This record gives sequence, C-alpha cells and structure tokens, in this order.
Amino acid sequence: MTARFDVLVVGAGPAGLAAAQAAASHGARVGLLDAQPRPGGQVWRHDVRKQAPRAAVAAMQQTAAAGVEFLAQHQVVAAEPHGLLVETPQGARHVHYGALILASGARELLLPFPGWTLPGITGAGGLQALVKQGWPIAGKRVAVAGTGPLLLAAAATLRAHGAQVLGIFEQAPAAAVNAFARQLLHWPARAVQAISLRARLAGVPYRFGSIVRSAHGSEHDNHKLCAIEIEDTRGRHRLECDHLAVGYGLLPNVELAQLLGCALAYGTPEYASAHPHVIVDGLLRTSVADVYAAGEACGIGGLAAARVEGLIAGHAAAGATDAAIALQPRRAKERRFAALLAKHFALDSRVHDLAAPQTMICRCEDVSLSALDGFIDARAAKLATRCGMGACQGRICGSALAEIGRFTRSGARPPLFPIRLSTLAQAEVAPPLSDEYRGH
Amino acid sequence: MTGHRMNVIHVDGQRVEVPAGASVAAAIAQVTILFRRSVTGEARAPLCGMGVCFECRVTIDGVAHVRSCMTPVLHGMQVQTDAGAAP
Repeated sequence: MTARFDVLVVGAGPAGLAAAQAAASHGARVGLLDAQPRPGGQVWRHDVRKQAPRAAVAAMQQTAAAGVEFLAQHQVVAAEPHGLLVETPQGARHVHYGALILASGARELLLPFPGWTLPGITGAGGLQALVKQGWPIAGKRVAVAGTGPLLLAAAATLRAHGAQVLGIFEQAPAAAVNAFARQLLHWPARAVQAISLRARLAGVPYRFGSIVRSAHGSEHDNHKLCAIEIEDTRGRHRLECDHLAVGYGLLPNVELAQLLGCALAYGTPEYASAHPHVIVDGLLRTSVADVYAAGEACGIGGLAAARVEGLIAGHAAAGATDAAIALQPRRAKERRFAALLAKHFALDSRVHDLAAPQTMICRCEDVSLSALDGFIDARAAKLATRCGMGACQGRICGSALAEIGRFTRSGARPPLFPIRLSTLAQAEVAPPLSDEYRGH
Repeated sequence: MTGHRMNVIHVDGQRVEVPAGASVAAAIAQVTILFRRSVTGEARAPLCGMGVCFECRVTIDGVAHVRSCMTPVLHGMQVQTDAGAAP
C-alpha cells in the first residue's frame, strides 16, 4: 500500500500539527503521521477522563479543517528515496513525499539508580502519559522527582486523577529555581501558567536540591516498589510510596533524522548537551535537501517554540518563504526561554553517579554498569555485552550512558524500531546486515 | 467527565472493564504490575509511557511483543502478560 504527499509531517504533536496546517494552507497535499493512535504528541496527549486544553482542541480542528490527512499508528521504520517505510497495525506501507518535516519531538531522560527497574517506577511525563490513558492512580501514593517544570505539570495531572502526591523532589538547588522564577517576570504568560500550576498543587511539598538515591521493592508482590531513599540538604530519608515518577528533563528524538543523514549537533554555545539535536537554518531546513525539522528535534525548546517552528517549517516546505521569514522573530524569542530553562535546571553531578556497579543499565538485555567498565565506545560495548541491542535499540541506556559520561550513542540504522518480518520484506532498500553503523 | 462507554477485555483470562480510548497498559495495571520478565527473570512494568522503552510489551490477540502503552483497548481483546505465563 503506497501513499504520496506534497508535504509529509512526522509527529503529530504541537510542532507537527502546526506544520501540517501551515503547509496545507498553501494548497499542498499534506500527510501527518504519528506512531500513536491519536494526534497531540506528549504535551497534548488525549486524556480519557478530562477535557483537552483549548489550544490543543483548536490546533487539531484547524489541521483537520485544512484537509490534512492524519495517519494514525504509523511507526516509521526505514527511509527510502523521498519516502518512508512505515508499519501500521494493518501491515507495512510506503509513504512518499516531496518535502518531509521532522517533528519527532522529545523523550524523557531516564537515568539509572539502584532499584530503577522495579515495577512502579516510571518517567515523570511517563506516568502522566499512562494516567491520561486510564492507568489506575486514584488513592495511590506518588513521589514525583527529577528536574524541570515538567514535574509540576505531571504532578498536577496525577493529582487531578486522584493520586496522593507525596512531594515533588527537584534536583536543582533552591537558588537556581528561585532565579528561574524571577526571570518568569519577563514572560507574563508563562508566569501565569506557573502560578496556576502551583495553585493546583497547593499543599504538595516542593523540595529543591533533592535527589532520589535508590528504590526498594516489596519482598512479595513481584518486587513492586514500596519505598525510596531521598537525599536533600538535611541528609537522607526514606519515603514509603506506591509509585515514583522520575524524569531528568527531555532530549530530542533524532533517530529518523540521523537515518536520513541530517547533520546533528550537541548543545549550543551557551550550554553543553550530551544529546544531539538536528541542525536547521532560519527556514528550518536540515542539511538534507527537502527535509525540514521543527520543535524539540531541533533542541529542547518547549511548547511555544514548537508551535512557531512548526508554522515556519510548514510554510517553508510549501514554498511560502515570506510567511516563514515573518515568524522568525517569534521563534528567536521562544528559543531564548528554552535557554533559560536549560541554564537553571542543569543537572547536578550527583545524579550522574547514582548507579551502583550491579545496577542494570541496559534494561532490554540486563547489562549492569560494571559489565561496561573498560569500554570507551557504544559499538564495542554492544558487541561484547549486548548493551543497547534490545527492543528499545539503546534509546534508554544509550542516552543514559551519554548523559553520565560513559560514551555517546551509536548512530541510527534501520529498522528504527523492531518490526515484523513481513514489514521487512517490503523494504525497498534492504537494511544493512553487516554491523556497520552510520554516524559515529 | 463521566458516562464514558466501557470496553471489556481479558488480561491473563481475567475480565477487565476500561473506558473507551484507554490503553491496554492501563487495563493490565488493574490486574497485575508484572507486564514482562526480563532476560534474567526480573519483573518489569512500563517505564516511559510513550512507546520508547518497550518495558510494557505483552502479547495481544496472539501477537507477541506489542507495546501495551501504545495500543488502545478494543472490545474483546485477549492480553497475555508474563505474570499469566508459566514461570
């Protein structure tokens, strides 16, 4: 089954929705595909029990009204010349394009610590996503930890669904969070958001300089999480809980961009990053002809940056350069806010050193930290220990190892996700069978 | 919001009712926290909640290794976790 679009957008979050709508507004035939069953991405993920934010409803309505075709449950697995091989529940599909916009968003940075594989421990945005899709949380005792404003958003969702949020344990020191809060005065809309979030979290302790050092499971009940140990300025203490939602911020999803050969960079002149983002110019063109990128894939920038970048990329991909250029000042402003976030919620070096020698780093293949001693690159470690060879293809352990300073992730190669053999059989370009990698 | 339509599915043979649009992961969580066993036999459950980590994978209607967090419940689904599998 084959489809063809003038402009194809990968990822139906805020950036992708805006890009699709902007491109379609110039008469282009636009496809918007996403691995999830519904549009919205992570930040606008559909909630089975609560109403969607007004901006999300509006963006989805505008995209649909513009004639954009939404391709749900389309997982991109390989790149072909001006096309993608995707897997759907109904089988494999080729989707061809004139121009491609990568709005692949971000995932959470999940860092290993003793006990982090216990059932009941999720990402912070991770638990928020699960709960929005009906995960039973009412009455459960939840600790929220990690870093960044996402912790507040996650905690607010969990509370709205009936969770007993025991506390928000932010790794950044109080001085950094307070300095960030003062900067919000220059961003009134965001200050209002922050105040409203805090109001929804009234009574929930918000602790700074707090780090979850370890987690402990119950002897029975499948070793399910029963307590965590928290270290803060006053020392270490134990907290009994049913769930721990811990996330250390976000990192760009660049696997498809990498597969397409788009140039990547690490961090910006203002702040370093262990995680790559896609390099784009003022029109959001990547280094590969006819491939654009928008939103978190270009570096973590948040919702407002994603929306304006989506519009720019959509206009540019449809050939409406003037409309794209007109939005550049707005983009620059939103990107400044992102730099502010990165600066104030920089990770404390303590969170890089939490894993013990026996802590599992690769959860797919159960490879411990000590098994990786002596390796200086991901590929050698993978061949010798199977680290990163499992179903997630190193998305969790590879990013964690890069963050804690062991080694950078190896490059992406097809298939981008585990696929059925019947899908593989439909690939126009056979994935390499040798163990050679693109990228590093 | 109340009054949502409910779907009935079976997790390890046990009947579960969940709102339409809920994920299979949410349905499983009503029955067990053990979604899968790792290669060394550890109990595992969803981690990322968004289709990246594969810790939530189960067998759905006979198809193995399906990410339950990415799959909406459909009436009559049969789900098999490693909790229900023979050890």
